[in-house]
Amino acid sequence: MRKPEKGPSLADSLTSLAQAKSSDLRLEDGSEIAVIGGGPAGSFFSYFVLGQAERVGLDIRVDIYEPRRFDESGPSGCNHCGGIISESLVQILAAEGINIPPSVVQRGIDSYMLHTDVGSTRIDTPLVEKRIAAVFRGAGPSGLGESSWSSFDSYLLKLAVSKGAQVLRKLVNGVEFKAGRPHLRSPDGWNKDYDLVVVATGVTSNFFQLIQSLEIGYHPPRTVKTFICEFELGREMVQAHLGTSMHVFLLDIPGLEFAAVIPKGDYATLCLLGHDIDNQMVEAFLASPEVKGCFPDPEMIPEHVCFCFPRINVQSAVQPFGDRMVLVGDCGVARLYKDGIGAAYRTSKAAAKTAVLHGIAKEDFEQHYWPACHAIAKDNRIGKFIFAFNHLFQGKRFSQRAVLRMTSWEQQKKEGPRFMSMVLWDLFTGSAAYREILWRTFHPAFWVPFAWNLVAAVFSRGGDKKIGRSL
Amino acid sequence: MKSSALGRTYADKECIIRQGEAGDCMYVVQMGKVEVVREEGGAEVSLAVLDEGDFFGEMALFEKEVRSATVRSLGESCVLTVDRKTLVGRVQEDPSLAFNILRTLSSRIRKLNAELVRAKGRSGT
Ligand SMILES: Cc1cc2nc3c(=O)[nH]c(=O)nc-3n(C[C@H](O)[C@H](O)[C@H](O)COP(=O)(O)OP(=O)(O)OC[C@H]3O[C@@H](n4cnc5c(N)ncnc54)[C@H](O)[C@@H]3O)c2cc1C
Repeated sequence: MRKPEKGPSLADSLTSLAQAKSSDLRLEDGSEIAVIGGGPAGSFFSYFVLGQAERVGLDIRVDIYEPRRFDESGPSGCNHCGGIISESLVQILAAEGINIPPSVVQRGIDSYMLHTDVGSTRIDTPLVEKRIAAVFRGAGPSGLGESSWSSFDSYLLKLAVSKGAQVLRKLVNGVEFKAGRPHLRSPDGWNKDYDLVVVATGVTSNFFQLIQSLEIGYHPPRTVKTFICEFELGREMVQAHLGTSMHVFLLDIPGLEFAAVIPKGDYATLCLLGHDIDNQMVEAFLASPEVKGCFPDPEMIPEHVCFCFPRINVQSAVQPFGDRMVLVGDCGVARLYKDGIGAAYRTSKAAAKTAVLHGIAKEDFEQHYWPACHAIAKDNRIGKFIFAFNHLFQGKRFSQRAVLRMTSWEQQKKEGPRFMSMVLWDLFTGSAAYREILWRTFHPAFWVPFAWNLVAAVFSRGGDKKIGRSL
Repeated sequence: MKSSALGRTYADKECIIRQGEAGDCMYVVQMGKVEVVREEGGAEVSLAVLDEGDFFGEMALFEKEVRSATVRSLGESCVLTVDRKTLVGRVQEDPSLAFNILRTLSSRIRKLNAELVRAKGRSGT
C-alpha cells in the first residue's frame, strides 16, 4: 500500500483528477447538438441529454434529423426489426419513468415456446407476468389501413420532443469539419454548423461510411443480412395459435442462428438471424414441420404481406467517437443477436451523460462513453462462444432431446431451481448478459441433470414426440 | 382492459403486496389505479391512490424490512414488477437510473412533512 507522505497532496490529486476528467471542449448555454437518426438510439440520446442538461441548469438545443415518418405503414415508416422489447429493458425503462403505453404494445409476452426438430416445450416467465413487449417499429406492415396502435419509434421520438428536441424531416447526406466544428448538409441545400454531432443512423443506411471518410479513427461495425416478414392471420387466429408466447426455433438448418415467430395484434412477425440469410434458407425454414405447426393451416402457410432483408450489427465498430462527434446505437456497438434496442438505450444514455457532465472531446468519450460500449463488446465475445456451442447441440437430435427433456421436467416442477429454463430464457430474451448465462451453465445443478438427460436421450430415440405443446 | 398492457392483471380489491410480508421488488402501475392502505390496530387507513406510471414497494429495494403497507387494486389494474436484481445491477453501472425513484421519494417526504405540520397544528403542539 502506498505511504501517504510519498503521495501527492489532496489539492494536487483533486486538480489532476479534474484535469483528467474534463477537457476544454464542453457544452455551454446555447450549444447546439445535431442527432442524425431518430430511431431508438437517436431518441434516447436526445431524451437523456436534455434531461441531464436540465438537471445541471444547462440550456442546449437538440435537432433530430429523421426523414422517416414512423406513423406510416410499410417499409417507409419502419426500422425493420423483430420488435421485441426485452424483459430487462421494459423494467429499466419503467424505473426511468418511461412506461411503454398499451397503445404501443401489440402484445404482452409472458412465455416462450421452444421448438426443436424433436419436439416443443413451453417456458414461462419466472413471475408468469407479461414483461416483454412485442411492438411495431413503424405503424405496421404494408397495406395496413387505419389502426388504433402506435409505433414504438414514434412514441420514443415524441418523448424526445416532449423534453424539447426539434425534429427536422431531412436526410443528412454530408458531414465535414469546418474550423474544428462539424457541419451538416442535406440534399435540399440545407446546411448548418453544430457543437456536437451524434450519429444514430443504424446500419441500414450507408451513412456510417461517410463518417469513416472523416478519418476520426472510426471503423464501421461488421454486419450480416437477416430476414423479417409479416403474416396477416387475424387477432383470433394469432391468439389461438401463438397466444402470448414468442415461438423460438432451434432447428438443424445450416447458417441459421436464431429464428422466432412473434405474435402481434392481427399479425405474426417472422425473424431469421444467421449468416447472411437468403431465400433458400427462408424456404427451408418455412418448409419444416415445426414451423408449419405454428400456423392455423399447417398445409398452407399464408403469403407474407411485407418482408425485408435488413442488416444486423454482429461485430462492434472501432472507436465510435472523436472530437465533437459520437456514434450511438447500432452504428456503434450492439448486443449480439439480442436486445439491440436495449444496447441503443445503454450506449445513448452513456453518451448523453458524457456530453453533459464531462465534455465532448475524443478523450471524454474515450474515458466515459467507451467503457459502456466495451462492456457490451466484451460480453458479445462470450455470446459468440455460446452460439457456437449451441450450434453443436442444435445439429444433434439426441442433444435437442436432452435440452427438451430437461426443460419440460423443470417446467412441470412446482418449485426449485430451473437452470436449463433460465439459461434458455435469458438466451432468447436477451434479459441477462451472456457472461451471466455462461456462469449459470457451470453450476453443478445445471450440468449434472443435463449430463443425465443427455445419457437418457441417447437411449430414448423413439421418444421424438411433442412435449407440452399447449399455449 | 386491453390484453396488451404489460405486467400482471389484478382484479378489483386483489392484494398486490401485503403489509408485513417480505419483498424484493418494486411495482409500477401500467393501467388502472391501486390503493395503498396501512393497517393499524385492526383499522385501515388509506394512505394514497396511485395512478398509471406511479410506483410502489420501492423501499424493499433499499432496505431489508417487510412491506410497510398493503397495496390493492382499485378496479381492474395492470402492474409491472421490477426485480431488485435487475434494477440494482443496472444502478451499479448507471447510478443516475435511481434519479427518478429519488425524485418521487423526495416529493413523498415533502408531502409527509406537510401532513406532519398539519397534524401537529391540529394537536396544538
Ligand atoms: C432482423 C432483425 C431483428 C431484430 N429484432 C430485434 C428485437 O426483437 N429487439 C431488439 O431490441 N432489437 C432487435 N433488432 C436490433 C434493432 O433493430 C436495432 O438494434 C435498433 O433498431 C438500433 O437502433 P438505432 O437507433 O441504432 O438504429 P435504427 O433503428 O436503424 O434507426 C436509425 C434511424 O436513422 C435514420 N437515418 C439513417 N440514415 C440517416 C441519414 N443519413 N439522415 C437522417 N436520418 C437517417 C433512419 O431513418 C432510422 O430511423 C433486430 C435487428 C434485425 C436486423
